[in-house]
Amino acid sequence: MFEILSYSFMQHALLAGVFVSVLCGVIGTLVVVNRMVFIAGGIAHGAYGGIGIAFFMGLSPLLGAGAFAFILALIIAAITFKNKERIDAVIGALWAFGMAVGIVFIDLTQGYNVDLMSYLFGSILSVPQSDVWAMGGITLLVAGVVGTFYKELQAMSFDPEFAQLRGVPVKLLYYVLVVLVALCVVATIRVVGLVLVIALLTIPPYIAEGFSSKLGVMMMLSALMATLFTLGGLWLSVAYDLTSGASIILVASLSFFLALGAKRFKT
Amino acid sequence: MNALHVTDLSFAYGAQSVLEHVSLTYTCKDLLAIIGPNGGGKSTLLKLILGLIEPQSGTLQVFGKSPKDATSDLAYVPQNTNTNLYFPITAFEVVLMGCLKPRSFGFFSKADKDKAADALARVGMSAFSNAKIGELSGGQRQRVFIARALCAQAKLLLLDEPTASVDTEGQRHIFELLQTINKSMGVIVVSHDINVVLGYATKIAHINRQLYMHDAPSKATKEAILSTLHNAQGHLCPVELISAHTCTHPDHKAPHV
Repeated sequence: MFEILSYSFMQHALLAGVFVSVLCGVIGTLVVVNRMVFIAGGIAHGAYGGIGIAFFMGLSPLLGAGAFAFILALIIAAITFKNKERIDAVIGALWAFGMAVGIVFIDLTQGYNVDLMSYLFGSILSVPQSDVWAMGGITLLVAGVVGTFYKELQAMSFDPEFAQLRGVPVKLLYYVLVVLVALCVVATIRVVGLVLVIALLTIPPYIAEGFSSKLGVMMMLSALMATLFTLGGLWLSVAYDLTSGASIILVASLSFFLALGAKRFKT
Repeated sequence: MNALHVTDLSFAYGAQSVLEHVSLTYTCKDLLAIIGPNGGGKSTLLKLILGLIEPQSGTLQVFGKSPKDATSDLAYVPQNTNTNLYFPITAFEVVLMGCLKPRSFGFFSKADKDKAADALARVGMSAFSNAKIGELSGGQRQRVFIARALCAQAKLLLLDEPTASVDTEGQRHIFELLQTINKSMGVIVVSHDINVVLGYATKIAHINRQLYMHDAPSKATKEAILSTLHNAQGHLCPVELISAHTCTHPDHKAPHV
């Protein structure tokens, strides 16, 4: 079993798994406490449009997904910051729009032969080294931004009105947060795929919330749990020859149901 | 200088007029209670003072400045119902939020933390410093929010329904606290609670689209009203009580400044 660790694809997979888990722990916590899960889902699926366009133009799919997700994030932030009443309908439309753009551009691409399933459901075992470095870079960037603006992000998430009165640039910070979510989603697509990103963003923070009295603690617990889920799922996937993304999510979901049960039992 | 100077102010949400020709002056020595029926414009006036929304006509000055320039002079305790009870944050961290300043990033300083500890002590909540905010009772949570407002070292404290979802004992504690705080800063409290009006406020503004200003009722009137309350069977709305006793009276028709 352990000799497999000497293969470079496995080392890349482990590194990618850890980076993405830390990323999802930090950003997922902010997504959950700000009730932005649907926004994250919209960006993740909409990013598929960028993948399609990138294939059509012969660019790197992750670059395409990144640029498209960035633009979607700005649009969603602009719409949702002002009017929180009909966010779900607007996001639903953008969600479908992005996926449709992706499918149409792939149709238009000559000699289509790429494995699209790996973007929908991830393939952590085929992450190239360049993507591992990109994920590491994004993780460092996100950790840096969240660390620098920790108290402002905390105040905005807990009580935006009060934060604004204390001179926190709430609007700017909200845009930054949505863009960070987009970055996180793009980095995670490689590992669990854009369909399953949501699970890795929400399950660890949901479980961690019950054990945390501070936002920072919740982020660390979530990152730790996401790492356990990712590595556990990866092991299952290698040992039983299963799809990696789905294995990771199944491990996470089982833990989620256990946590739900435990919560019920406690009360 | 007047802490608050409002002249002929009107505000509408779209076609829905909420405040009409409201005028008001306030100095920090008073504990002003703003009362009135739901939808009468109490919270809207508070938001205007805080600069969260802007009036369509009329002027509003806070310490001689526009509300947007006076934010550092104002401390605000929002309605309890806005709180997300699952949020992972301790009472101490909530109070620290009052120390936030524009463009100062990184972590809170030692001085900020001392200030927050002092504020928690002032409201008698030091023992709950590390408690998660959702685990406190309604009254305790409200005191934490008051401590957060104190941390901001403002000159005027504004509270929106601070005693909603707080038991009677807790309400008394909160108003006694507000009285103490009023010795060092202005306190304006939006409430439909008869206790404030009768026991603690020194000025009362009744808002139902228009504003009527009253001094605190004298001891005799207070007792008369209270005995009516005690003898009353069933529900007696304090707002109705005040409007019935004072606001419909012809002498009080004109909003006086």
